[in-house]
Amino acid sequence: MFQKIWERHEVVPETPETPAVLYIDLHLLHEVTTPQAFTMLREQGLRPRRPDLALATMDHSTPTRTEQVFGGAPIAVESAALQIAELERNCAQAGIELFNLRSASRGIVHIVGPELGLTQPGKTVVCGDSHTSTHGAFGALAFGIGTTEVAHVLATQCLLQRRPKTYAIEVGGALGAGVTAKDMILAIIARIGVAGGSGHVLEYRGSAVRALGMEERMTVCNMSIEAGAKAGLIAPDETTFEYLANRPRAPQGPAWERAMEAWRALPTDPGARFDREVRLDADAIEPMISYGTHPGMVMPIGACIPGRSDDPVFDKALAYMGFSAGAPIRDQPVNVVFIGSCTNGRLSDLRAAAQLLRGQKIARGVQLLVVPGSQQVKRAAEAEGLDRVFIDAGGDWRESGCSMCIGMNGDTVGRGQYAVSTSNRNFEGRQGPGARTLLASPLTAAASAVRGRVTDPRELLGG
Amino acid sequence: MSPIRQIRSRTVVLPYTNIDTDQIIPARFLRTTARAGLGRHLFSDWRYQADGAEKADFPLNHAAARGCEILVAGRNFGCGSSREHAPWALLDYGLRAVISAGIADIFCNNALKNGLLPIAVTEGHAAWLLDHPGIELLIDLAASRITRPDGAQLPFQIERFARYCLLNGVDELGFLRSQEPAIARFESTRA
Repeated sequence: MFQKIWERHEVVPETPETPAVLYIDLHLLHEVTTPQAFTMLREQGLRPRRPDLALATMDHSTPTRTEQVFGGAPIAVESAALQIAELERNCAQAGIELFNLRSASRGIVHIVGPELGLTQPGKTVVCGDSHTSTHGAFGALAFGIGTTEVAHVLATQCLLQRRPKTYAIEVGGALGAGVTAKDMILAIIARIGVAGGSGHVLEYRGSAVRALGMEERMTVCNMSIEAGAKAGLIAPDETTFEYLANRPRAPQGPAWERAMEAWRALPTDPGARFDREVRLDADAIEPMISYGTHPGMVMPIGACIPGRSDDPVFDKALAYMGFSAGAPIRDQPVNVVFIGSCTNGRLSDLRAAAQLLRGQKIARGVQLLVVPGSQQVKRAAEAEGLDRVFIDAGGDWRESGCSMCIGMNGDTVGRGQYAVSTSNRNFEGRQGPGARTLLASPLTAAASAVRGRVTDPRELLGG
Repeated sequence: MSPIRQIRSRTVVLPYTNIDTDQIIPARFLRTTARAGLGRHLFSDWRYQADGAEKADFPLNHAAARGCEILVAGRNFGCGSSREHAPWALLDYGLRAVISAGIADIFCNNALKNGLLPIAVTEGHAAWLLDHPGIELLIDLAASRITRPDGAQLPFQIERFARYCLLNGVDELGFLRSQEPAIARFESTRA
């Protein structure tokens, strides 16, 4: 599948001397990694070549408090307000469509593209954001780029690229009750390591992957970068087509029929060779949680924190987290629970969390922050009454954005505090200076909010 | 960009694996619309105490590390976020090369486009360099080789086209723009 997409986008094939010139079908932009790219273009007197193939939104540094988004209250973080204004100016000058702060279509860039139907099988998709791998869930070749490359795509609609290798991740069997797509990808990263996918495009395959819905597939592909991979891919199938049908920016009518024919030809041919392969058994995957300071430091929630002799980097990570080797992580008290992000900020994630929070109160002293991934997700959740479930449980329900995943907008975790977070990175200080992040699924996050301690969601799910 | 041929400098060593771009430049410093001035925030949470004073035990704060242009770090340097602010911060601080047993893909691309040399060497060579902080190295880009003070030579690989651009001070965007006829042809065949 990777080869087919790659070869269909080679404007000029690679040679030993020069990388391939690869055509980009969809360029997504946001406020943090683009201002300097527009400056580079202006410095060279260039204009965007195909503004019609670009779409901009604002998400990373935007406020989530309703009064700052819609109520006319000033944006609390002044530098964020400047970035937002700069994106508005740049998109207006360039003729690029922008979902501005008050747009009903705004949201996290990796949630907006799919929900509009812009992300489609066989496309090449780039964005100045490492979690662009999310879009691979549709069988699109999607990867994160830097700001200079954003300028390259704006100016030429192309990138210079060496062909990556391929890596099959086969997940057989079926996930058990209370075990989610988030647990699957954390288990995969635990297996192959945070640099295990380096230089490779991962293709997730097997019965447990096929059984996932589109939103769950996006959760899996989203964290491909956390294994160091160039991109993640899942072959399109009926689940994909059903998701895309009638989305506003998906092909319609006869164009839909033509597109379907092309999409059906995309999956990897039987017997195709991958450069590397690994197999996991979904039945053996437990709810997973991270205990350290990178997403490879992750374990089943019932396990004890591992130790490593003579590894000062490992010891440094445990010291940062305030953990000791050999101790269980279950029942670790938590201060904050964050549900949201491009990893787990979609409607099905909110439904999963609400399932455990309905009729419950969060434990005393715990802060619960629920941030929908887009304004569309927010409206859909409110139509089902999910906002009431979170608010009645004692949580905060906000406007969409990256929020506490990256903490750029002022939504941060305090120094030394423990946050069970449905986001993607547990790096030191990721959620705020000194913050201690425990990555987990929306189910585990919700269960931990109810108990105020790290909790296996299966204890609350019953049955 | 000015051509880069050789870098001769003592090394400063950060003996940690998986140094992510959130450590290199924490996200709160990305609320900028400029490229310049990020050096003072480089490794901010490791370099400074909460009150803003320098942490004496952090290697970049050692007197011997001032002015060093080569950073040696554990494997998988630059993992995580795609922020190009990471190489911008390293360069603004005064570093010109990073040597590691492995450099994360997006960081590597971003570094090459800004004239920061991302140099991956074998685990064995990296281990030796991590064990010998402060030694003077000669990095020769044209020969793709590092020379140690004891004369030992460490080969490395840098993608050929990127190396050509660095050696000649060529901007990759100029090359891409010269492909315009092929790009227009490609678009017309798909329409």
